[in-house]
Amino acid sequence: MKDIKIHVNDLSLYYGEKKALKEISMQIPANKVTALIGPSGCGKSTFLRCINRMNDLIPSVRITGEMLVEGIDIYDKNVDVVNIRKKIGMVFQKSNPFPKSIYENIAYGPKINGLKDKTQLDEIVEVSLRQAAIWDEVKDRLGDSALGLSGGQQQRLCIARTLAVSPDIILMDEPASALDPISTSKIEELVHQLKEQYTIIIVTHNMQQAARTSDHTAFFYMGELIEMGKTNTIFTKPLQKQTEDYITGRFG
Amino acid sequence: MNSQFPVNPSFTKESLKKQFRLSEFLAEKIISSVAFLSIAIIFLIFIFVFKESLPLFSFGSDAKAKTEIQGTAKPESYGGTTTEELKPESYGSEPVSNADLKPETYGSDPVSTEDLKPETYGDVKAETPETTATETPEAVSENNEGADKTWSTFFTTEWVPVSENPRFGLIGLLIGTLKVTVIAMLIAGPLAILAALYTSCFASKRAKEIIKPIIEMLAAFPSVVIGFFALMVLATFFQSIFGYESRLNAFIGGVAMALAAIPIIYTISEDALSAVPKTFTEASLALGASKWQTAFFVTLPAATPGIFAALLLGVGRVFGETMIALMATGNAALLSSNPFESVRTFAATIGSEMAETVFGETHYSVLFFIGSLLFIFSFALNAVAEFYVKGKLIKKFQGK
Repeated sequence: MKDIKIHVNDLSLYYGEKKALKEISMQIPANKVTALIGPSGCGKSTFLRCINRMNDLIPSVRITGEMLVEGIDIYDKNVDVVNIRKKIGMVFQKSNPFPKSIYENIAYGPKINGLKDKTQLDEIVEVSLRQAAIWDEVKDRLGDSALGLSGGQQQRLCIARTLAVSPDIILMDEPASALDPISTSKIEELVHQLKEQYTIIIVTHNMQQAARTSDHTAFFYMGELIEMGKTNTIFTKPLQKQTEDYITGRFG
Repeated sequence: MNSQFPVNPSFTKESLKKQFRLSEFLAEKIISSVAFLSIAIIFLIFIFVFKESLPLFSFGSDAKAKTEIQGTAKPESYGGTTTEELKPESYGSEPVSNADLKPETYGSDPVSTEDLKPETYGDVKAETPETTATETPEAVSENNEGADKTWSTFFTTEWVPVSENPRFGLIGLLIGTLKVTVIAMLIAGPLAILAALYTSCFASKRAKEIIKPIIEMLAAFPSVVIGFFALMVLATFFQSIFGYESRLNAFIGGVAMALAAIPIIYTISEDALSAVPKTFTEASLALGASKWQTAFFVTLPAATPGIFAALLLGVGRVFGETMIALMATGNAALLSSNPFESVRTFAATIGSEMAETVFGETHYSVLFFIGSLLFIFSFALNAVAEFYVKGKLIKKFQGK
C-alpha cells in the first residue's frame, strides 16, 4: 500500500549503563508527517537524533538494533555519517542560525558540498527561502546578520538552511516550542506544504500541534514506544490506556 | 520559639526603609578602588617614562645645552670637547689620522680591528688627543639647538648614541622591531590557532587534558631561558639549514619570540573556540558538514573576536619582549629587508643601553622616549584593533 521510508527494528540506546530507548520498532511512511509525542524525558528527542546519527557526538552512547532508511542500515560500518546527514536534515528546538549573514547561512550547506557557482548559489538561496516562506521578509537584507532576525524568522531560516541541501527526510525537534502563536502557525503551515516533497518527523509537546500537522503519531513513554498509528485514530480512540491518559491530560 | 522573633511587619514605611549595609559598602569601594588603582598605576608609569624623555621636547632651550655640556664634561666621555671634524661627512676634505676615524669609515682605509668596535673607539681616541680648544665654543653653540638636532636625527637610519656626533636614528630600530614582530607572529599565529582548533574541536577529552597544560606551561618559561635556547641551539640549527651569514638575526629572534607568544595566543584562542555554542556545530553537522568543515567554516569564524584579541596580546608580548631580543637578534641596527640580517629592537635597545647612559643626558632621554613610544604603539594598536578592525572582522565573518 503506502511506501515506508524508515524501518526501525528493535532499536535500543544506552547512555552508559542507562537504557534510554527500549527495543523500538516502528515504520515511518514516506511523504507524510509523523509526530512523536510523549512526556519530557521519554526518549522521543533521543529517538529523533538516532535517525541522523546526531547521538554519535555523545561519547557514552551505545546503540543496538537496526535503523533502515530505504532499506539501508545507517548504523552499518560502511555507511558514512556525513552522507547520511546530507540526506536527513534536522531543525532544532532552539533556532540556531550561524553568526553569519542570512545569505551565508543558506549558502553554507551547498558550499560545503562543493558548489561554487555564484548564480546557482543565488538560486538555491532564493528557492530555499521561498520554500520556507521567509523570502519576502528578508530579500532586501540578505547581507545582514541572521542573528538580527526575530525568533520565528530565525527558525524559518533554519528550515530554509536545511532545505538548501535538498534532503529526503527532515527531522524537527520541537521547532515551534519557543515561538509565539503566529510564528507557530506559520511553521505548521510550512510543515504542511513541505510534506509534498519531504518525509517529515516532528517532535512536539503540543497535542494540538500534533493533531493539526501530522498524519501519523507515535506515543513514547519511559523510553518505550507505546502506540503508533494514524493521528485520527490515536487522538480519538487510542488502543492503550496510557496513550489516552496522556492525550486527555491526565498525566505528563 | 516564634514569639522570640519579631513578626515580619508587612509593608510599613518602617520595614521598607532604606538600609545602610556597611560591609557591602566597604567591599564595593575596595573592589572599585583596586580597579582604578591599576589604571592609575599604568598612567603613572607612562607619565614617569615620558617625563624622563621631556628634555627632548625643549627645543632650542638653554637647559638642553647645559645637559649636553655636562654630559661631555664627564670623565667617561674621553673625547671631552667634542670635535666636529670627526663627522664622517668631513673626513673627505681633510687628512685625518686613522685613529680619528669612526667605525663607519673603515671601509675606505685600513684600520686596526680595535677601531672597528664601537665600544672601544673612545679609548683609542684618548691615546691621541688631537682636539683643539678653539673648537669647543663651536660645539657648545651647536648644542644650543640640541633638541632640534636630536629630533632631526630621529628620522635617520643610524643608531650611534655614543659618539661626538650622536645620531639617534629610530627608523632602523623601528624596522628591526617590526621585522621581528612580523616574523614571530607569522610563526606563532597559525601554529597557536591551529593547535587551539585541534584541542577544542578534534582532540579527545583526554588528549585535551594533556595538551593544554603542557602548552600553557611554555608561558611559564622565563624569557631568558627561551633566549638562551635560541642563542645556543636554534641559531646553530637554523644556520646549518639556511646557511645565512650572521648567526643571530631577526629570524632567530622571531622564532624564539614565537615560542613566547604561542602559549598566550593558544590559551585565549582555545577559550574563545570552546566558548562557541554547541548549537552551531550541531547545526553544521546536521547539514552534512564534516568535522573539518565545521571547525573551519563555523567554529573558527564564530570565535573571530576572541582569536583576534589573542593575536593582539601576542603582538604586545613580542613587541615588548626584551630578553629574547637582546640574546637572539644580534643587536645591530641595520636597515635591510632581509630577515636573516641582525636587527636591534626598541626594547633591546633600552635593555642594553640604559645601564651605560649618563643620567640626564640626551641618550638617556632618548631611551626613555623609546619607552614612551613602545607604550604609545601598543596603546594605539589596541585602540585601532578595538574600534576599527574588530568591527570589520565581525562584519566580514558574521554578517552586519
